[in-house]
Amino acid sequence: MLEQILALLPQVIFDGLILGFVYAMVALGYTMVYGVLELINFAHSEIFMIGAVVGVEVFRYLAPHVENGFILLLIALILGGMVAGATAILVERFAYRPLRKRGTTNRLVPLITAIGVSFILQDLVRLIEGLWHNEFFLRMRTVEDLEGSVELFGGAIFAQTKSFILMGVSILMLLGLTYLVNRTKLGVAIRAVAQDLSTASLMGIDPDRIISRTFLIGGSLGGVAGVLFALQYTTITPYVGFLPGLKAFTAAVLGGIGNIPGAMLGGLVLGQLENFFGTYLPILTNGNFGTEYKDVVAFLILILILLLRPQGLLGQVVKEKV
Amino acid sequence: MSAVALLLTLAFLGLAYLAPGALTNLFGLVALGATAFLRLPPQTRTLNLALLTLAFTLGLVRSGNTLGLIGLVGILVALTTLPRIPTWIRGLLGLAILLLSVPMAGFANTFIFELGIQIGIYAAMALGLNVVVGMAGLLDLGYAAFFAVGAYTWAIFGSEQAKNFLAGNFPLPGEYMYLFMLIAVATTALTGLLIGLPALRLRGDYLAIVTLGLGEVVRILANNLDHPINFTNGPQGITPIQRPPIDWFRQLMGTLGVRLDQTTDYQLFFYLLVLLMIGLVVLVNLNLANSRFGRAWVAIREDEIAARSMGIPLLPTKLLAFMTGAAFSGVMGVIFAAQRTFVSPESFTLLASITILGMVILGGMGSIPGAILGAAALTILNLDILKTFSEFVRTSLPQIPSQVDPAKYERLVFGLILVLMMIFRPEGLIPEKRHKAEMEEA
Repeated sequence: MLEQILALLPQVIFDGLILGFVYAMVALGYTMVYGVLELINFAHSEIFMIGAVVGVEVFRYLAPHVENGFILLLIALILGGMVAGATAILVERFAYRPLRKRGTTNRLVPLITAIGVSFILQDLVRLIEGLWHNEFFLRMRTVEDLEGSVELFGGAIFAQTKSFILMGVSILMLLGLTYLVNRTKLGVAIRAVAQDLSTASLMGIDPDRIISRTFLIGGSLGGVAGVLFALQYTTITPYVGFLPGLKAFTAAVLGGIGNIPGAMLGGLVLGQLENFFGTYLPILTNGNFGTEYKDVVAFLILILILLLRPQGLLGQVVKEKV
Repeated sequence: MSAVALLLTLAFLGLAYLAPGALTNLFGLVALGATAFLRLPPQTRTLNLALLTLAFTLGLVRSGNTLGLIGLVGILVALTTLPRIPTWIRGLLGLAILLLSVPMAGFANTFIFELGIQIGIYAAMALGLNVVVGMAGLLDLGYAAFFAVGAYTWAIFGSEQAKNFLAGNFPLPGEYMYLFMLIAVATTALTGLLIGLPALRLRGDYLAIVTLGLGEVVRILANNLDHPINFTNGPQGITPIQRPPIDWFRQLMGTLGVRLDQTTDYQLFFYLLVLLMIGLVVLVNLNLANSRFGRAWVAIREDEIAARSMGIPLLPTKLLAFMTGAAFSGVMGVIFAAQRTFVSPESFTLLASITILGMVILGGMGSIPGAILGAAALTILNLDILKTFSEFVRTSLPQIPSQVDPAKYERLVFGLILVLMMIFRPEGLIPEKRHKAEMEEA
């Protein structure tokens, strides 16, 4: 058994890394919105799903016309990011802003709204896809350029080209976002709003605009992640966002919610753990407990983290003011 | 004003006798609206409500159109919320609707029994969740997990399923269902304790997400515990599940002059059982709300830090709320399993949890009549209105593809309800006083 485990290990780590990067990309969006509004934007899973659906559609329609697979992917990433970002702005404008304007203090109200929005988006996409193609399961069209693969370490790891693209894009996203938040004027404004919304508005910052842009950035990142997810895992349904969304939130909490490198780290750790249990649980228990229990593992990790280190791996303890 | 309302009501009564059906019932709903919202003297209003009850019942018995049931629910709501109606009228009309109108309509159209039972099961659960969310302010997104634990508690032992891991004579006879209702209280309260102990140390949003995760864990377990030992029979679910023998009930109904046949006997029995359970749950709810614990819950909901400073032990108090809510759900799970004689993991998804939450929110968090109204509204919407609308679309507009079938868009409708409620009326349809005050203050 040990031999079997060791033989699989490099591949397990590599696949876990890919999964981790997907979670990390989605977690960035959760973390941004949470950092500014202290709102778990449940609808972010659906923003991610919309990105994935746009990716599938772009490949469906443009693959016969665009020769180069990489350019095709670039178009898909841009369009996916744009559509998802636009959806995020609309959601903020029509669901969350009215709540903010009324100044509801009850924390449950925005959370319930977020759940509602997430349901609406799921079924709206289902409706549109149903009318458009008469189908529910969307399959990503394969493009030859992106289907290449290499074997590393003497065949111990089977790695696809698209996996490398996914990793590269997510690292770029992390770097870009870190730069944006720490070095640009918009970043300063975002941090100011996150610190104290009313004081920020006294300093000549329009909080609505900044929040809207935060949603745009978080949403676009989610959309890009969705396109890459569709490329990697190929089958997409309107309900595909739920589990990755929940895991990405777990990753964000794991890393310390509101903390951008933390979200990345949390995603990678969670991806490793999940893939590890998903692969080895059947082997270790002689097939008595299957891969399905990997989701259970993810939730148990979430609970453990929240109990043992609620501020997350990289988060700071926030003193409660009375 | 009063002449208009009375005239409308009388016209509806006539129509219900002569031409019962969907259109007449719609007209009846207009008459009900007029009675409820126009400025009327209390006597006219009371008279109108009584006449409307008669008319809706008549219409239901003669045509079986389910819109009439909505009318009856509307009357019940009017009875509980409108001011200056004598208490004995409220009680008498309410009982007449629940114990006479609905069963009579059920004999005309057994689907009405089915609707009534489902509404009742969900209403009892919504009342349970109301303790957790409405009173104690703990957002639980995995409430269906407790329902599942209760349902499986009886399903496993009330069918041959238990033979897979226990020696003994299974299925247990149907009478044991009553015993298992008590056992389910224990198993679900225990599950509530297990889930609550880690989860309730967390606050607000985190609690919501953890309960959501744990709800999913229970569903995954139900889905996969068919190996290595077959506890739950996996995605196929468990069937047939024993029902309690009801010969005594048939005899009792016989002496009351009600002849029951194979299709209606269990329907009526479960309908009455569910009503009884709701009565019990409401009693418990009312007593809890005025007890030391109820006040402690409200205190925690309003301001956790202040409550702690006043010496309320947070974790035990929250746990108690969680376990109480869980226990209500567990009992209804047993009834659900027995009534349908079938359980499968599909009934306990996140959607189910959110639906029950939606009922509490729609009705008004913390409000008892609100939770019942919310359950009635969402169950009727989901089981009846969306399905009827689907059929209408399919028959009258066949060129529309089946993907646009309205019955498939339950989530869309729930989502819209949740979002619109939060924006326009976060205190719910029948708000609880304290909640209302809080929302207006903000």
